Amino acid sequence: MSTDLAVIGAGPAGLAASLAASARGVRVTLIDAGEQAGGQFYRQPAAGLGARRPQELHHQWRTWERLRDGLAASSVRHLTDHHVWCVEQPQARQAGFTVHALRGPLQEEPATVRADAVLLATGGYEKVLPFPGWTLPGVVTAGGAQAMLKGGLVVAGRTAVVAGTGPLLLPVATGLAAAGVEVAALVESAGPRGFVRHLPALAAKLPEAAGYAARLLRNRVPVMAGHTVVEAHGDDHLEAATVAALDPGGRVRPGTHRRIPCDTLAVGHGMLPHTDLAEALGCRLDGVNVHVDDEQRTDVPGVWAAGESTGIGGAALALAEGHIAGRSIAARLRGTAPDPRAWAAADRSRTRLRDFFAAVDSVCAPPTHWTEQVTDDTVVCRCEEVRAGAVREAVDELGAGDLRTVKLLTRAGMGWCQGRVCGPAVAGLAGCDPTPARRPFARPVPLGVLARAGHPTGTDHLTEADHPTEEGPS
Amino acid sequence: MNPLEPARAEPGPAFAVTLDGREIAALPGQTVATALWAAGVTSWRTTRGEGRPRGIFCGIGVCFDCLVTVNDRPNQRACLIPVRPGDAIRTQEGTGHEH
Amino acid sequence: MAGAACALYAARAGLDVTVVDRGPVAGGTTGAGEGNLLVSDKEPGPELELALLSNRLWADLAEDVGEAIEYEAKGGVVVASSEHGLAALTDLVAAQRAAGVVAEQVPADRLHDLEPHLAPGLAGGVHYPQDSQVMPTLAAAHILRASGARLLTGRTVTEVLRTADGAVRGVRTGHGDIHAPAVVNAAGTWGGEVAALAGVSLPVLPRRGFVLVTEPLPRRVRHKVYAADYVADVASDSAALQTSPVVEGTAAGPVLIGASRERVGFDRSFSLPVVRALAAGAVRLFPFLEEVRAMRTYAGFRPYMPDHLPAIGPDPRVPGLLHACGHEGAGIGLATGTGRLIAQVLGGKAPELDLAPFRPDRFEEEAA
Repeated sequence: MSTDLAVIGAGPAGLAASLAASARGVRVTLIDAGEQAGGQFYRQPAAGLGARRPQELHHQWRTWERLRDGLAASSVRHLTDHHVWCVEQPQARQAGFTVHALRGPLQEEPATVRADAVLLATGGYEKVLPFPGWTLPGVVTAGGAQAMLKGGLVVAGRTAVVAGTGPLLLPVATGLAAAGVEVAALVESAGPRGFVRHLPALAAKLPEAAGYAARLLRNRVPVMAGHTVVEAHGDDHLEAATVAALDPGGRVRPGTHRRIPCDTLAVGHGMLPHTDLAEALGCRLDGVNVHVDDEQRTDVPGVWAAGESTGIGGAALALAEGHIAGRSIAARLRGTAPDPRAWAAADRSRTRLRDFFAAVDSVCAPPTHWTEQVTDDTVVCRCEEVRAGAVREAVDELGAGDLRTVKLLTRAGMGWCQGRVCGPAVAGLAGCDPTPARRPFARPVPLGVLARAGHPTGTDHLTEADHPTEEGPS
Repeated sequence: MNPLEPARAEPGPAFAVTLDGREIAALPGQTVATALWAAGVTSWRTTRGEGRPRGIFCGIGVCFDCLVTVNDRPNQRACLIPVRPGDAIRTQEGTGHEH
Repeated sequence: MAGAACALYAARAGLDVTVVDRGPVAGGTTGAGEGNLLVSDKEPGPELELALLSNRLWADLAEDVGEAIEYEAKGGVVVASSEHGLAALTDLVAAQRAAGVVAEQVPADRLHDLEPHLAPGLAGGVHYPQDSQVMPTLAAAHILRASGARLLTGRTVTEVLRTADGAVRGVRTGHGDIHAPAVVNAAGTWGGEVAALAGVSLPVLPRRGFVLVTEPLPRRVRHKVYAADYVADVASDSAALQTSPVVEGTAAGPVLIGASRERVGFDRSFSLPVVRALAAGAVRLFPFLEEVRAMRTYAGFRPYMPDHLPAIGPDPRVPGLLHACGHEGAGIGLATGTGRLIAQVLGGKAPELDLAPFRPDRFEEEAA
């Protein structure tokens, strides 16, 4: 099948872009891994669960209703349960892109979409730094606890500790409490001082924060600011977590350790963008984010990006960026330059929210000396079970100074998740920049599918010209 | 309290699946992971190096910690695949391909 | 890897050695390779002699660091899909045996004893028990550590220092000068650039290859298994894309799939057509791979020289300059022999192989 615009990801950015573009006459195909639109932020309970008031577990529900109803009323073709593993630009001389996806829950059936333009709205995932015991069942990411609750209406246990840093911890703690879990502590490594220092930028969200504070109070959730989790305890499953206070320099204060019995530890240290598809297309990255201009264009002609993939900033920023991207695409596909005045309001929100999240970033950083709590026998790479001691040996004794060499020497990052989880941890331990790994496959792809990728079968409408294998040297 | 309550969920009738031969009840719309969590199970894999138990970690398909064998197909992400009536879910060991 | 091996054997010969690299350990082609130590893919001649020497030296090294570098003498199996291909393979085997290679012909009905999951219908094959494998990054790092050489990573050589009469006296780096009466150019695919710093030309060109890596599996592919046309591809001079299936299991679990060859400069961008061809070739050899998932793919640049032989030994154009680069896709395997020969030259001994075919200035003569 072919389309003017392929939007990858049906979260706030992808939805806003799809609606903005299709309202201006662009044929849009929205491709998403979920069974329903919404992405992570607006993750919906599965239809089969028959939830009549899913908004009880959500916020900004009215915005969601607008997106949902807008999508239903639009001409956007929405492909659900399509897991994109590669976006290919077949040959530089040809216009257009081929989006390769795997269909269905088993991710085995190939599907392709041809498009003149692509918007990458691939979102983000949670960063978690290791500590002794973090591989025990019962330790989950804060976002994971949230996803299980929003999407599956299920919680793991009775007593939870929510820990780490960043704005996600508040809704996770209040969400778990609303679902009947006893939240024994909300442990935030940022101290109150940082908030005061960044008050002007943070003020925009004060009412929202105040709402969470009230809910925490109502549910009697003890908030421990300036604290961190130092260890999770248990044999085959989580039984308790030890938390400790941090000094102003970001070191654990001796004598402040406290053991809190719990069967769930939801932990997160911020978010990371999904940039695999952008990187395989050759898009420039700024640090870990996809680089975009004021129109949300990447430096690869025909490829736009919006939302978390261009820098973590939350749902509202994703909406603004998606809207701007959609309008830019509509103009550019017609061969005209867009008038930025048309999206002045979205532009203002974009500026304001980027400032806000820059302030959040400087307040909500993991403890400066978090690696001191990571003992040599702590597993760092969960997939390949590589311990911190092996990472340190690779750096101190074998000559590694970057993520790739540590990976090659230790296997940290070579497993199923391809270093998405352990990347920041390994970078911290190795004392190097968390440069994104090259991952031409955004997800595992069966060799049989790969062997036929791009060949004219089934839903494919590729021509012979799409087979560069058969071409001579150029 | 059960989170089904605040969301006023009225799922369809429960059905049976098995975990290592033991019957557990699952609801339409659940994933393998949510069904197992609802049944009080938090680990369903042991690692290929050290044989340590694992279950849900990221919950959104990124970390691959929740790999499980369903109907003899190994290495399925429990957090992504919908549970279906009669599914034979098996605790996965090693690479999942040893059997 | 070549630099690490030179450091090891030079240090063992009593020399004071400093290793300088602009990147980390194994940051070039070494880190992108499969770690093949092959005799099977070489026709009789100087490269095969070097491979046989290297093979013995690898086995010696493995006694000390074998486990750390995942050394595995697993053997290679070359399969032919047609009677025509089998006949060509049989001729090659006869010549290889005469040169000292151990090779056993395997009739079609016995191939599955060696590799139970091979596709049916193959014409036959050859088993090469000497073929081995290491994990190349681990090998380079551990051999460097064992050498005791001073290791300076993250330092770019910007100049080769010369005396008034033109002899080498060290190198200049972004972090200061390093003085030495001998400089070994082991810069692999970038060896031509280092040679240029010393004022000489060395025609090393990149030949790109992709490797596909699968999910971890139990040991289903026991040997390094490849199709007979691989040998022809290795020896080819074409710039166009060539792929022939090379499949092997690893100690860590994943199956590695190669091999593609194309001359596209240092273009690192992902090419779906290339990895598609790799996947198709691998599934043809081992049908069970159809449902196995590929987890990642990466590209590397083999240091290719016009006659497919490396440059090893002193450069007569610049006294004190030696080369140990241009091994194309065989650099890991040939590293130990290369290091030994370089150390022998540095120590003033006669090298145990004739270095004439590897002379660094051989292309200049041809041009003249």
